[in-house]
Amino acid sequence: MSNTCRFIENGETRAESDLSDLVWPNDPAAIPDWVYTDRRVYDLEQERIFRGRTWNYIALEVEVPNPGDFIRSYIGDMPIVVVRGQDGAINAFENRCAHRGVEFCKTYRGSAKQFVCPYHQWTYDLTGKLKSVPFRRGVQGQGGMPPDFKLEDHSLRRLSVTTRRGAIFASCADDMESLEDYLGPDMLDQYDTMFDGRPLKLLGIHRNVIPGNWKLYQENLKDPYHATLLHTYLTTFGLFVAGNKTLIVADEKGRHSSLCSRRPEGRLESDSNTSQIGSFHATMKLADPRVLELIKESDSPWNSNAITIWPNLIAIRQSNIFSIRHIVPMGPDEFMLIWVNFGFADDTPEMEAHRLRQNNIFGPGGFIGIDDNEAIKFVNDGLQRSQPRPGVVSLGRDDEPPETVITDRAIRGMYRHYREAMGL
Amino acid sequence: MSNLQVKPVTSETEKLMYDRAFLRELRHMVEDFNCDYADTLDRGEVEKWPDFFTDDGVYRLIARDNAESNLPLPLMYCDGKGMLKDRAYAIAHTEMFAPRYTMHQIAQVRILGFEDGIVSAQANYVLYETLIDEPTHLLQCGKYHDRFLLRGDRLLLKERNCIYDTLLIPTCIVFPP
Repeated sequence: MSNTCRFIENGETRAESDLSDLVWPNDPAAIPDWVYTDRRVYDLEQERIFRGRTWNYIALEVEVPNPGDFIRSYIGDMPIVVVRGQDGAINAFENRCAHRGVEFCKTYRGSAKQFVCPYHQWTYDLTGKLKSVPFRRGVQGQGGMPPDFKLEDHSLRRLSVTTRRGAIFASCADDMESLEDYLGPDMLDQYDTMFDGRPLKLLGIHRNVIPGNWKLYQENLKDPYHATLLHTYLTTFGLFVAGNKTLIVADEKGRHSSLCSRRPEGRLESDSNTSQIGSFHATMKLADPRVLELIKESDSPWNSNAITIWPNLIAIRQSNIFSIRHIVPMGPDEFMLIWVNFGFADDTPEMEAHRLRQNNIFGPGGFIGIDDNEAIKFVNDGLQRSQPRPGVVSLGRDDEPPETVITDRAIRGMYRHYREAMGL
Repeated sequence: MSNLQVKPVTSETEKLMYDRAFLRELRHMVEDFNCDYADTLDRGEVEKWPDFFTDDGVYRLIARDNAESNLPLPLMYCDGKGMLKDRAYAIAHTEMFAPRYTMHQIAQVRILGFEDGIVSAQANYVLYETLIDEPTHLLQCGKYHDRFLLRGDRLLLKERNCIYDTLLIPTCIVFPP
């Protein structure tokens, strides 16, 4: 690869803020407010987590099918460009001109032979290598860059890239372990249930902002406790109830997790667990049941996998929905979600129509997507407006069987890893 | 206006005038329809929303970026009265969200065609949202691309495609634009 400009800081070249006033509570089930509200913590997360030793989801290969195809994307809060090079390989680099810092790529997607910064027309090839600088030698012998100016020192900062079964991940670190090792065997198995090897077909993208800290979204997917209590739609129409066969798996470090569930055959008419769920209406039926219809398309024992991959990816497989949620932090109290929904290249028109109908469940206008977004905003309202008080995640035990669902085990696991990665 | 001279009109001009009057009448009907539609939703009577559609009515709320990139995914999608009713039920009874007012402003209605009892029309919409202890904010602006069934003197939506410019959605969209 000809572009050698990289991110080398990884925490080594930056002055650290004084964080000595931030003290983690002794109780391992307590989470201090400041992890969600403090700007210094947020900045440190960008450096040690998103630009540290992590694989970050950045795109699907189907979004950049041909050489020259590109999309805008993000690692943490840093804008990047993902492009397929002339050789067919995926390149990713910072969306920031090496000259004056211009965020030069301003369209969601497109196709290009090269990238030209509009300000002074510095021109980069599809690997991010600086190819030309106008008036480099000045005009009529006057002006221009100094004689020792080297193009190769001013390329776009390039990221390490890896792919697996149609998804693209990037890292600022040069020497990351493989994605497979990063996930570990159990989570790799979950990942491969989501990306089962069939070629993908992009269905479309939703984007929204949520007032709240980005970690709250990771936690939400590691929190099976809320699923049957907040999401009345699921219980009202029998899609997910406390009696479903359910499993929570995590990697060894507690970074990644998956909540797998198998819904009962037919309609759930009675269940001893539903007595505690005020919203359960055993008689409610959809006027149009096609939305919740489960069309068998894989041999997986699970109908639903809610996968979190640290730090920025939520991958959801629910019945016939396949959906990526790309978390983009935008400050301590705001983040963007990019929902990338796909089907498969061999879908019949009927199957595609079914997926589109079923996608009403999720997204920022979804039957249960709305619940989550609102709940996180409510958490943020509480954290921002009231006096600090640690949150409580004490449900369950850390050594319980994976079938235990009324538990905060996965949230505690995430924070154990978080504290280690952050040095907090 | 005593000096107004009424010229004899040719039959061709007369026909044109009738056509224009008909289109004007259709535009008024669509404007009245949109007023009712907005008022019903803005009063919070979302369970009456399906009544604005035919039994096979289709509703799509879709980002302009998806629409222009030939990506079919809507944010809300109802294919027929059953799905419209299920969406309205979910909003009224199962979704958890902060109480809010919505305010539609629908303008620039244009009649694009009339064929076989189907009126094709478009309009611009702006949707404001007000939550407690927060300033009113712009939730969406976009365009309706509509097909109405004209039955007697009444219109019903056979299809409403809301194509929104406001790609980055603030938190969520609860009530249908």
